[in-house]
Amino acid sequence: MKTVRIGSGAGYGGDRIEPAVDLMKRGNLDYIIFECLAERTIALAQLERLEHPEKGYNPLFSYRMERILDALKERPVKVITNMGAANPIAAAKKAREMAQERGLSSLKIAAVTGDDVLSRLPEFWDLPTMETGKPLKELKEDIVSANAYLGCSGIVEALRQGADLVITGRVADPALVLGPLVYEFGWKMDDWDHLGKGTIAGHLLECAGQVTGGYFCDPGKKDVEDLWNLGFPIAEIGEDGSLEITKLPGTGGLVSERTCKEQIIYELQDPANYFTPDCTADFQMAEVRQVGKDRVKVSGASGKPNNGKLKVSVGYQDCFIGEGQISYGGHNALQRARLAGEIIKKRLELCGCPFSELRVDCMGVDSLYRETLPQGLEPVEVRLRVAARTKTEEAAQIIGNEVEALYTNGPAGGGGVTKSLRKIVSVASVLLPNDLVSPEVTML
Amino acid sequence: MKLYELAHSRTGDKGNISVISLIPFEEKDYELLKREATAKRVKEHFSGIVQGEVTRYELPKLHAFNFVMENALGGGVTRSLAVDMHGKTLGFALLEMEIEK
Repeated sequence: MKTVRIGSGAGYGGDRIEPAVDLMKRGNLDYIIFECLAERTIALAQLERLEHPEKGYNPLFSYRMERILDALKERPVKVITNMGAANPIAAAKKAREMAQERGLSSLKIAAVTGDDVLSRLPEFWDLPTMETGKPLKELKEDIVSANAYLGCSGIVEALRQGADLVITGRVADPALVLGPLVYEFGWKMDDWDHLGKGTIAGHLLECAGQVTGGYFCDPGKKDVEDLWNLGFPIAEIGEDGSLEITKLPGTGGLVSERTCKEQIIYELQDPANYFTPDCTADFQMAEVRQVGKDRVKVSGASGKPNNGKLKVSVGYQDCFIGEGQISYGGHNALQRARLAGEIIKKRLELCGCPFSELRVDCMGVDSLYRETLPQGLEPVEVRLRVAARTKTEEAAQIIGNEVEALYTNGPAGGGGVTKSLRKIVSVASVLLPNDLVSPEVTML
Repeated sequence: MKLYELAHSRTGDKGNISVISLIPFEEKDYELLKREATAKRVKEHFSGIVQGEVTRYELPKLHAFNFVMENALGGGVTRSLAVDMHGKTLGFALLEMEIEK
């Protein structure tokens, strides 16, 4: 039976590159994917592209591509990534330039576009957003981007045209893996069962180190060897949809039934209905079995027809968040931090600082869980954190300034003030009909 | 006893929804968790954080559960005022929940 080996070289936009290079050199891979696009990232990339038309792709693109191309010189592996973000064509041009410089002029590079649906939004102003249920048109003035999660068909087409490096914008994360599987095995796009099985492979690879022992270790309870040297995953997928997850020998980390269970369930909602543009995958009856050291067989996933909808992330200029922090230590630290918090609230009122939401936390005490967990012993150090949402930059500035003023005006012994101000681009999601978009492939 | 003694967990997010898995170390404890870690009890446990519904999904072959907690992330990951805007640390709060053995 034909099998394909796919490695995962990045689980988020800023991920490490060394484990990916190691996989490319030693992994005997057919493909490697780099998943680098979070929900909001593409909106920020779109803003960058507006200012610099030749930018708008992943900020680490050149850094990564240098190392990827060098590894490709040693051993050919097909590379698939969504690092194109808001500008896959510009990213592909950049990659072309870099490949040329390295004597890789025969490398075929494809850009997949078609996810940008900003110009189509006015047809859908009345649709409710998934976050609030309010109609999209309420955000009209502030919208900066709209990108649909594409399925795998653009990637499949790029591979058919002989691409060695495929650069996309927004695609559903598992599509980075489903694309090569559909291409290699000739699975039909209504072969729901195989699409579902390919989707679980993509789902397990898309967060890279999270299935090989990353985000898993709890010392003494769930131990992982050499986590500092975490190896990234390899999936071996058969033409029948069979799947094994493993990693390279000589790397740290762990591939166990437990690590795979955590990652199968990760970010699912209803496990029987995992909606993707290509199919509705069903992981409810998934099973895992350890079949070797750092090798787990995953079975039992299946698929059903897709729901005919594409999720679209709409980026909009939302607000500003101003923040300040200060630490207190020693006897009565918590009481001094709490007093400092009360002082800030009164000061913001006195200054007439217009905010729509305020949050005051004592880090080390209640910043993660509020009152959910019973409080323990008196802490020896506490960090007060004040954050507020405002309409204007000026108002947001006041928050950090007021926390800073606790140095000379607040309770005894405050130290280590930091302040920050962030301009917030938020994301609202809407569901659009999937015949709205068709991916385009540009070979460079 | 605390869930921490019997199970492990990983937390993810989607918009304003927190998604927390609960996985017993031993498959034999699946039924115990099914009885004790109900959606209702988990909603009570997180009453200070989660404003929306809590739904529990069962994965019988993985011997695991998935809790989907709505309106749990201060308006959503992209605009939350929380230090941990993704709510990544919430799974370890679930493991602090007390159950009857």
